Amino acid sequence: MGETNQNLYAGNFNIEGGNFNSAGIVSTSIKSILKKLGIPGDIVRKAAIVSYEAEINVVSYAKKAVVILTVDPGIVNIEVIDEGPGIPNIDLAMQEGYSTADQKIREMGFGAGMGLCNIKNYSDAFRITSEVGKGTHLKMTIQTP
Amino acid sequence: MKLREVKDILEAEVIVGDDILDLEVKTAFGADLMSDVLAFAKAGSLLLTGLTNTQVIRTANVLDIAAIILVRGKKPSSETIALAKELKIPILATKYILFETAGRLYMKGIVGCLPKVENTSGRN
Repeated sequence: MGETNQNLYAGNFNIEGGNFNSAGIVSTSIKSILKKLGIPGDIVRKAAIVSYEAEINVVSYAKKAVVILTVDPGIVNIEVIDEGPGIPNIDLAMQEGYSTADQKIREMGFGAGMGLCNIKNYSDAFRITSEVGKGTHLKMTIQTP
Repeated sequence: MKLREVKDILEAEVIVGDDILDLEVKTAFGADLMSDVLAFAKAGSLLLTGLTNTQVIRTANVLDIAAIILVRGKKPSSETIALAKELKIPILATKYILFETAGRLYMKGIVGCLPKVENTSGRN
């Protein structure tokens, strides 16, 4: 974790692919960090939801990922950069209900093709880029009052 | 209503949170799909579900869910119980099915955390 003078907060977190029990640890950390910074509850919740859905995606599909959280006045940025199979067709992946999830993911209560939609809907700005065979990069921005 | 009354109405066993039964609750959401819970459930609501793994606790924590009601006689794993204790999220277990659980609570004044979804894609 590194901190600069410019940011209210800046830190990195690692997610291990395939480790289903660990899914949610990073978003729980992000939630408590934002709470401590005095960010309002509804904003904290949005940030926790988007980072949690992203974590579920990483443990479900990727080898590993780094989550970069930066907080500045008026803005929370969360980037999730994974090493994994990538997404061949992002438009299709963004369609609600489209999923390539296996049984294990579904047993956790996910894999219904809603994760990326939830991330987009709870973010004020959302960007997704992906390269097949390399990985996927999500950037979520949430405004704070 | 207090969580204690929820417990009585559902003849539920308190698995985690015996010390926080004075918690006040007004609304609930029921689903086994955690992505739907994340999409629709509101802070301070009860979460009625048949899913028992640790992701239920993570989901509840992310959303500031007041308490989890496990339906259909489901019992949580030891990992789930440990995480719920760590994150201070009460778990009650009832033998009633989801429909009965919801109906019994609704009759006593607990309402859905939203009555219906706003549009066909169903998003806030």
